Amino acid sequence: MVIECKHVWDHISGYLDGTLDPEVLAVVQKHLEHCELCSAILDSTRNILILTADERVFELPLGYSERLHARLEAEMQSIVPKKPDGG
Amino acid sequence: MTDVLAGRDEAQMIASILAGNSQVFHELIRPYERSVYVMALSLLQNEADAEDTAQEAFLKAFRSLASFRAEAKFSTWLISITLNEARSRLRRKNTVKMESLDEPQDEQGHISPALLRDWREIPSEAVERQEVRGLLQQAIAGLPPIYREIFLLRDVEELSIDESAKALGITVAAVKVRLHRARLMLQKKLAPQLKQINPKKRRWLPWS
Ligand SMILES: [Zn+2]
Repeated sequence: MVIECKHVWDHISGYLDGTLDPEVLAVVQKHLEHCELCSAILDSTRNILILTADERVFELPLGYSERLHARLEAEMQSIVPKKPDGG
Repeated sequence: MTDVLAGRDEAQMIASILAGNSQVFHELIRPYERSVYVMALSLLQNEADAEDTAQEAFLKAFRSLASFRAEAKFSTWLISITLNEARSRLRRKNTVKMESLDEPQDEQGHISPALLRDWREIPSEAVERQEVRGLLQQAIAGLPPIYREIFLLRDVEELSIDESAKALGITVAAVKVRLHRARLMLQKKLAPQLKQINPKKRRWLPWS
């Protein structure tokens, strides 16, 4: 079975997540074997998702953790973490 | 989220907090400080708001700890709380803009990726460069809210598809559609930009 490139693109996300049905996966995989275009799109998408998930993309503000724990310390005193009926 | 949590018994820590040892909460949340902030920052796009929202989210988690259900992961629960805190802050700040978040426009339309003949792998070290970080941050910020949310939950915070669906209150099918669109939008925007950075021309410094 032959599939057009633009139909392969519809399955890129599912392919990366491993959620495609076996029949669809087989067709997509076969297409990828000989299509440079779709392979490059898949590779670039996978690469981009690895980069965007990298922890270093976003920096924490200086002192963030200290301020967070100081605020928790100050406010937790007056909070009882229980259900209203918890006694 | 990271897997450096081996040896931690979070259920035990939570039980201890509920028994009155509230100090344990500091330790419980330490691995998630970054995730919560990044989630808030990506949704709110303002550092001060993000920090305040992160604090509120942790306080809310502490307050409602007794309602945490052990069948969920604590990290997932915390991220859901953060999502809701960020959403309600957005709602307070800008009621008009918020509507686009609840009513996706044109969810059926197809997104075409950026077309490339070849792709030269960009190594993770590239994110050490301010230029690359800037491109990634802008691309994420440029996603419409409903796509940014699902992308953050699934691809940054690494929730499962089911967990993401629960956190957003949408179906698994909707998660898959939105996620697909979010990912292709990022590819479309970033692939041409990242291709330009051409790592081969640069000398790679041993960043620490
Ligand atoms: Zn193709």
